[in-house]
Amino acid sequence: MIEIKNLHKSYHMGKNSLHVLKGINFTVAEGEMVSIMGSSGSGKSTLLNILGILDEADEGSYTLDGTLIKNLNEKVAARYRNKFLGFIFQSFNLINYKSALDNVSMPLYYQGVKRNIRTEKAMHYLEKVGLADWASHLPSELSGGQKQRVAIARALASDPKVLLADEPTGALDTKTSYEVMELIQGINDEGKTILIVTHEDDIAHMTKRIVNLKDGLIIDDSIVNQVRAKTESYV
Amino acid sequence: MSKLFSRDSWAEIIEALSSNWFRTVMTAFGVLWGIFILVILLAAGNGLENGIKQGFNGMATNSMFMWSQTASQPYKGLPKGRRYNFKTDDVPAIKQNVDGLLYVSPRNQLGGFRGSNNVVRGLQTGAFNVYGDYPEIIQQQPMDITSGRFINYSDINEKRKVAIIGSGVQSILYAPSEEVIGSYIKINGVNFLVIGTYKKKGNNGDPEEMQKEIYVPFTSFSQAFNMGDIVGWMAITAEDGFSITELKSQIFDVIKTRHTINPNDDRAVGNFDLYQEYSKISGLFTALNFVAYFVGILVLLSGIIGISNIMLIVVKERTKEIGIRRALGATPWSIRAQILLESIFLTIVSGMAGIVLATAVLWLVNYQLSNMDTSEMMFINPSVNIGVVFIALTILIVSGLLAGLIPAQNAIKVKPVEALRTE
Repeated sequence: MIEIKNLHKSYHMGKNSLHVLKGINFTVAEGEMVSIMGSSGSGKSTLLNILGILDEADEGSYTLDGTLIKNLNEKVAARYRNKFLGFIFQSFNLINYKSALDNVSMPLYYQGVKRNIRTEKAMHYLEKVGLADWASHLPSELSGGQKQRVAIARALASDPKVLLADEPTGALDTKTSYEVMELIQGINDEGKTILIVTHEDDIAHMTKRIVNLKDGLIIDDSIVNQVRAKTESYV
Repeated sequence: MSKLFSRDSWAEIIEALSSNWFRTVMTAFGVLWGIFILVILLAAGNGLENGIKQGFNGMATNSMFMWSQTASQPYKGLPKGRRYNFKTDDVPAIKQNVDGLLYVSPRNQLGGFRGSNNVVRGLQTGAFNVYGDYPEIIQQQPMDITSGRFINYSDINEKRKVAIIGSGVQSILYAPSEEVIGSYIKINGVNFLVIGTYKKKGNNGDPEEMQKEIYVPFTSFSQAFNMGDIVGWMAITAEDGFSITELKSQIFDVIKTRHTINPNDDRAVGNFDLYQEYSKISGLFTALNFVAYFVGILVLLSGIIGISNIMLIVVKERTKEIGIRRALGATPWSIRAQILLESIFLTIVSGMAGIVLATAVLWLVNYQLSNMDTSEMMFINPSVNIGVVFIALTILIVSGLLAGLIPAQNAIKVKPVEALRTE
């Protein structure tokens, strides 16, 4: 599903240049659930941005679902993001003047889906994350966990190939974190490929594979026994 | 362009604009005020123009008045300082030799400024201007015939001693209930039958003095008051398409030839060119219109800069939102289109509100004016025509586009990564 070869990325700030990614090789098969770990500055967010076609690598190749991602203009990049990827952010990044339902239907809007079909689909995904009753509420009326679940529903709405999550539980307490992880595990169980950037060990162990990044290189890549979020959570 | 008509993009725009009502309204107010000022200024200019031109009230503006003065240069053995008079024969001569003249009316006059009492009726006497005129004069210097009729050619040909008197004359010579038509008045000792009364409109000249005039046929005037073939002065009107200002030198040449006056003598014939005066006033209003547009558009411009400014702030504020949208698959064009549409929409809606407000104010003013007698006012019927409104709308659309351009460009410069970076 994802294939990265010899990926390099530097940032230039004035005269200083910062070599962030120093040759990453990395593949993810369909249906995998991978966590990317590393201390801050290890390059994990940069990697995620490149994977999310939000940023472009200086060197190396990135193939997503058989499509080479290179030198895209903004229009094509936007289309690929919409078609292939769903994003989940640490700070949820919901649009705060739109209702939960409208937030979820946004990716469909940019796909050009008709209004009634869009609403129907968005409602379906809201049901899936258990927030059907909150469809007309604004983000400000939702709790952190609920916001993140709306964000997950939004990420799923366009039926992407890959879900990219950047510290999805970073702003949540443990209990809510586990609820969200349970939801994400459930989505993975249905066969969706998921990448999670995190620095929390317990969250990382809820995935099936942990990739450790340090100073722009992969220092460890191992399959782990998945811990089901449910067992740790409230009963 | 299908975005323009999609319900979704409009819903987005309304949502975005209504997320901060107070700011949206304040911003819109700038443009509203600008277009309001523009329309009001244009309408006020128009009202003033209507008022001033009412002073000319149907007067044939393509006219001049011409009188004889003294020859200021010796010519063909005749000395300078010689007096001469226009003759009745000059009238057909002018008509024959100069093309494009509509009316050439010879006139004679009795009385005048501080004249002595010259009209008597029974025990009443009064000092009035008495004119000997042709029927055409009513086309050149319009007046309302309030009863009876004006002079006609039968009066001219038969030299009937008939008179048309002004309302001022009537109020002095007659008791309020007395029948005027069919009575006789004695002008310089000659009896004239009153066949009509008039009332003049307009606000140039002395409105009271204008009603104190008596009109009698030119021919009867000449005979009754021993004018012979002398013509006091002439009122000459050119046809549409000709300018009296251009024709007048030809007319003067005819006069000079017929009265043996040096062709270079500019002072022998006195004249008052109404058309020239009228053009000056027209020019004044063109300038006034220009000032109205200039001021109005500048005020509008400051409103538009306000919109542009706010849109910049909006883009800055919504950097994150724009980043999210782009992560969700919004193309740069859809972001740009949204900002542009927001700005155009805001401009047009506030502009329309301004036009509506200005129209309401104009309606109110017109309503007030309609209850008054406007015949002697300097300001009537302030209005703008629909063309001006369309011009204003076009300016609005274009300026909305311009106002949104820089902010929209800023919006797509936002990199999704930077926008989403959490602090």
